[in-house]
Amino acid sequence: MAMLEVKELQVYYGVIQALKDVSFEVNQGEVIALIGANGAGKTTTLHTLTGLLPAKHGSIMFEGVDITKMPAHKIVEMGIAHVPEGRRVFSQLSVYENLKMGAYTRKDKKEIAENLANVYKRFPRLEERKNQRAGTLSGGEQQMLAMGRALMSNPKMIVMDEPSMGLSPIFVNEIFDIIEKVSAGGTTVLLVEQNAKKALSIADRAYVLETGKIVLSGDAKDLINDDSIKKAYLGE
Amino acid sequence: MSFISYLINGISLGSVYAIIALGYTMVYGIAKMLNFAHGDVIMIGAYTVLTLLTGAGMNPYLAVLIGMGTCTVLGIVIEKVAYKPLRNASSSLAVLITAIGVSYLLQNTALLIFGADTKSFINIITCPSVSLAQGELTITGTTIVTIITCLVIMCGLMLFVNKTKPGRAMKAVSEDRGAAQLMGVNVNATISLTFAIGSGLAAVAGVLLCSAYPSLTPYTGAMPGIKAFVAAVFGGIGSIPGAMIGGILLGIIEILGKAYISSQVADAIVFAVLIIVLLVKPTGLFGKNIQEKV
Repeated sequence: MAMLEVKELQVYYGVIQALKDVSFEVNQGEVIALIGANGAGKTTTLHTLTGLLPAKHGSIMFEGVDITKMPAHKIVEMGIAHVPEGRRVFSQLSVYENLKMGAYTRKDKKEIAENLANVYKRFPRLEERKNQRAGTLSGGEQQMLAMGRALMSNPKMIVMDEPSMGLSPIFVNEIFDIIEKVSAGGTTVLLVEQNAKKALSIADRAYVLETGKIVLSGDAKDLINDDSIKKAYLGE
Repeated sequence: MSFISYLINGISLGSVYAIIALGYTMVYGIAKMLNFAHGDVIMIGAYTVLTLLTGAGMNPYLAVLIGMGTCTVLGIVIEKVAYKPLRNASSSLAVLITAIGVSYLLQNTALLIFGADTKSFINIITCPSVSLAQGELTITGTTIVTIITCLVIMCGLMLFVNKTKPGRAMKAVSEDRGAAQLMGVNVNATISLTFAIGSGLAAVAGVLLCSAYPSLTPYTGAMPGIKAFVAAVFGGIGSIPGAMIGGILLGIIEILGKAYISSQVADAIVFAVLIIVLLVKPTGLFGKNIQEKV
């Protein structure tokens, strides 16, 4: 059984249908990329998955539990952390307070301290700036904070929405390195990216979304050589 | 010497405004709405306490506690019944109009239950007056208790918001509701908690207000409510220290205006202050200018 099973998901914004029977699966330990153009429904899919948007039809099962109608704050407790598009760090809170917010659902103080130490080890820059307000960080640092914050909940699966958006090429490489390390650490990764080339290069499998439908899926290394993908998303 | 005495009275009245303004500002910060029924919750609190005192002859402290409890429950119920269904409404006007509706509902309910005649409030503050400067300056016990209560509430709230987990959740919800949900914060519970705190404080404000100005009618809460709203905007709506400073400054302006200019136009002066603040610094004294990095 897959860790995450999404079946025939339909989501509407008012009368406009954003997702039309989206189905996909994520297995434990995989890195899955969800690629597609602007407005294809990538972010909508993630928001529905983590409870920010209601699904009109379809089901989402996580580790055998139906989370389709579960409120967002409960889904975090299930072990899914969401790094939202545009990072959305709490700019008025310090870096440390942001990380503490990431561990909001955790009760065990010792475990929180361990997670914090791990996050600081992974992102030394966050430790250097722990008392600084998050709003004063650079875009790349904010992305690191958003990822560190998500890792603070010790998730089984981490969902990332456009982590490379608006970052300089150096930071983009760094962020993808980190995603690979997170995955190597045993966390399952569901990645939404417009940078399809980068995403496919680290993913195991990928799904291609087009105007609310999955139009293609397969092994990432096959898709990266697929002619239609090359043309539409890789700019070749 | 009379100036100092006016000043102290102003701080005292301002402390009441500050306590009310805290409710406005917290609810605005977290639920992003103006709860114009907040002033009327004060009135309900005052009636509850008065009824318990005169009707049941209850111990004043217990009466105030029950009054706070009543208002807390009232605040939570108002939010659940009237505002929550409109949380995702396309227009923020809907919830504003609803708030005004709730305000009328509370006033008219009080009118039905307690009648239209003015009730005289029993001052429950037993703290003695203090005489200073060879008896030239007298500070009443009510004034002292009001100012101290306001300071205690203020410090308590600051500690709560900055040092506790639910407080941090409030800050997170106030900044980004969706992101807070993704952290595992129950937004509905956080908003309820905010209404609970604000309304509980409103009961305290009601008792303090009526102790200083002991006439209670179903409309008693309306004007202080509006003035506290002005105070919250003055200080920067959404900011807790802003509500405190705004409230106290407004109280001072009102009392000095009454003393030196005219008691008829004192209220006009208060609202003129709002207009000037909005023209000069639309975010208020402590208003946040959040700059977002994309």
